[in-house]
Amino acid sequence: MRRVAIIGVGTTKFGELWDKSLRDIGIEAGIKAIEDANISGSDIDAIYVGNMSAGNFINQEHVAALIADYAGLAKRHIPATRVESACASGGLALRHGFMAVASGIHDIVVVGGAEKMTDVSGADATATLIMAADQEWEAFVGMTFPGLYAMMAVRHMYEYGTTKEQLAMVAVKNHRNGALNPNAQFRREIDLDTALNAPMIAYPLGLYDCSPVTDGASAVVLAPLEMAKKYTDTPIEIIGSGQASESLALHDREDICTMKSTVFAAREAYKMAGIMPSDVDVAEVHDCFTINEIIATEDLGFFKKGEGGKAVEEGLTERDGEIPVNTSGGLKAKGHPVGATGIAQAVEIVYQLRGEAGKRQVDGAEIGLAHNVGGTGATAVVHIMRRVN
Amino acid sequence: MSAGIVSYGAYIPRYRIDVGEIARVWGADGEARSKSLAVYSKSVPGPDEDTATIAIEAARNALRRVNIDPKDIGAVFVGSESHPYVVKPTASIVAEAIGATPYLTAADYEFACKAGTTAIQTCMAMVKSGMIKYGLAIGADTSQGAPGDPLEYTASAGGAAYIIGKEGVIARINHTVSYTTDTPDFWRREGQKYPSHGGRFTGEPAYFKHIINCTKHLMESVGTKPSDYNYAVFHQPNGKFPMRVAKILGFTKEQITTGLLTPYIGNTYSGAVPLGLAAVLDVAKPGDRIIAVSFGSGAGSDAFDITVEDEIENYPRHMGPSVMELVENYKMVDYAIYAKFRRKIHLGV
Repeated sequence: MRRVAIIGVGTTKFGELWDKSLRDIGIEAGIKAIEDANISGSDIDAIYVGNMSAGNFINQEHVAALIADYAGLAKRHIPATRVESACASGGLALRHGFMAVASGIHDIVVVGGAEKMTDVSGADATATLIMAADQEWEAFVGMTFPGLYAMMAVRHMYEYGTTKEQLAMVAVKNHRNGALNPNAQFRREIDLDTALNAPMIAYPLGLYDCSPVTDGASAVVLAPLEMAKKYTDTPIEIIGSGQASESLALHDREDICTMKSTVFAAREAYKMAGIMPSDVDVAEVHDCFTINEIIATEDLGFFKKGEGGKAVEEGLTERDGEIPVNTSGGLKAKGHPVGATGIAQAVEIVYQLRGEAGKRQVDGAEIGLAHNVGGTGATAVVHIMRRVN
Repeated sequence: MSAGIVSYGAYIPRYRIDVGEIARVWGADGEARSKSLAVYSKSVPGPDEDTATIAIEAARNALRRVNIDPKDIGAVFVGSESHPYVVKPTASIVAEAIGATPYLTAADYEFACKAGTTAIQTCMAMVKSGMIKYGLAIGADTSQGAPGDPLEYTASAGGAAYIIGKEGVIARINHTVSYTTDTPDFWRREGQKYPSHGGRFTGEPAYFKHIINCTKHLMESVGTKPSDYNYAVFHQPNGKFPMRVAKILGFTKEQITTGLLTPYIGNTYSGAVPLGLAAVLDVAKPGDRIIAVSFGSGAGSDAFDITVEDEIENYPRHMGPSVMELVENYKMVDYAIYAKFRRKIHLGV
């Protein structure tokens, strides 16, 4: 297996991008990544695109070939593959790009993630997103994602004494980080009272416990490590990649306070990387709802089960804390264009490891982790990256 | 000689419903709703009122204030997005009711909330060209908001009528410009009972973009700046948008207060800017300068630069009800009565 590095990254601004289509943002992110990598279109051997539901959001399927076409690559006839695993589509696309380069099948691979969610109403977006849950057992009886994650939160509160204030603190922290990210959807801080007194969505999750509906795209360029130095002085190696699955429906699990998919994907990634959770300097985790940042930081091994809430309260996940989490603003403040999220997380980790994260830079970050979840955890993908000196 | 306003008249249905009362039914926080929209109540048309009756009331109020033979009105245009008939004009009903038939032209306009101001522009052109002596332009609506939709808190009813001519002008329209793009922020298809809208998309890329560009275009064409105006009237889908757009453009709260009616009567759609302008004309003095800018979804804006003439001193404003008299003469109804009046309750047989 060849060693694989990220040699370029790019992202659009995240938000309500009313004047841009899916192909516009997909190409914008791709071109930025290609320019960052100092490669040209003729260097690209394959592209992978993470996208959850263009068919429902914009009535367009077959989006990988579409983006390759509009990127001017149609006449080169390179493989263009769409990868779908709900909100983990981006992370999974990255893993497939990684495997293609590691295996020696392709050298230069562009992996993008893109989602255009604001062309439909909020109700239609909610109906599309719940397709990531079990339609027969969850969606048909009226379940929504805020409802499912709310049940996880209530159980976590019951089992471990996690509080609504601790959930709100995740949002406050991520908004503080998002305020420093020029590409974030919400670039403003919020205080604890605002988060606690926001309209209730599904108890205990209020408005600020939920990530928004977002348009956005991100892309990375992968190359074998031995070729990477040809293009960049700061290659970021992917030293670990893990993926795991779990029952689609929440009620089929023994314990809804943990995502076994995260546990297993992380275990595989740590093993491949040869590191311990305590070696991670900065992490982007899947905070689609604030409760999931708490659950994820436990399942990833940063904190003991049940102590994720306390860790937030003690400031351990702040930028200057023990393990800075979601320096980008996370899904909460940066925004959550579902298919792009996994790639956007990798882009933030690359900025951090290159020392290019500006005001939100974590000093001396050498190892970073990106954790991407689909649905309520039926899919989890974990990548670990390291600066190459 | 340029065209201008010879007379005007307003009409607002008497019934009101409180924003808090609507919120109560849908389990929303009424106080928060009212604050975020800057709207306290909205007008509700009675069971026997529609856009035609509102247009006629407004037209009659305009005619009460001026000694014009209705037969001299050569054109009647009614702008609305709630014409009672899909096919069959409101304008012909109005023309007949005021005795202007049969030697005139008439038609209905639809451009969401700006059809009324576009009717004024058409009348101006016809008057200036000499095709007609007087034109009657009306903006009136009984706007629709689906039960439970955010629109329901503001969609209301009302209208104003303007007689445009060259003689006896009380307010000269110095200049008018428009700004139009294909922007689908709000729409209602054939057969659809209630309109659809793009949520926040109705704000920045629709309302704000069109009003800001149209206002700037007018002031550049005329060579004016915000401080040259005594009054400014902007389209008012809620109380917040006009205050924000005024601030962005450099107008003060004092300039827009007189023409800002939405907080008390809701969004009267095609009636909104015509009513706001009427409220300003109710109190304006000779020499006052007024800027009025409408917005219609879909989307476009019409902007008017107006100077009040000395003639307004001789104009018997008291012969018709003032806008504030109409605003203040109200009867509150609860949601049940509102639902009955608006035919949201279907009687079973």
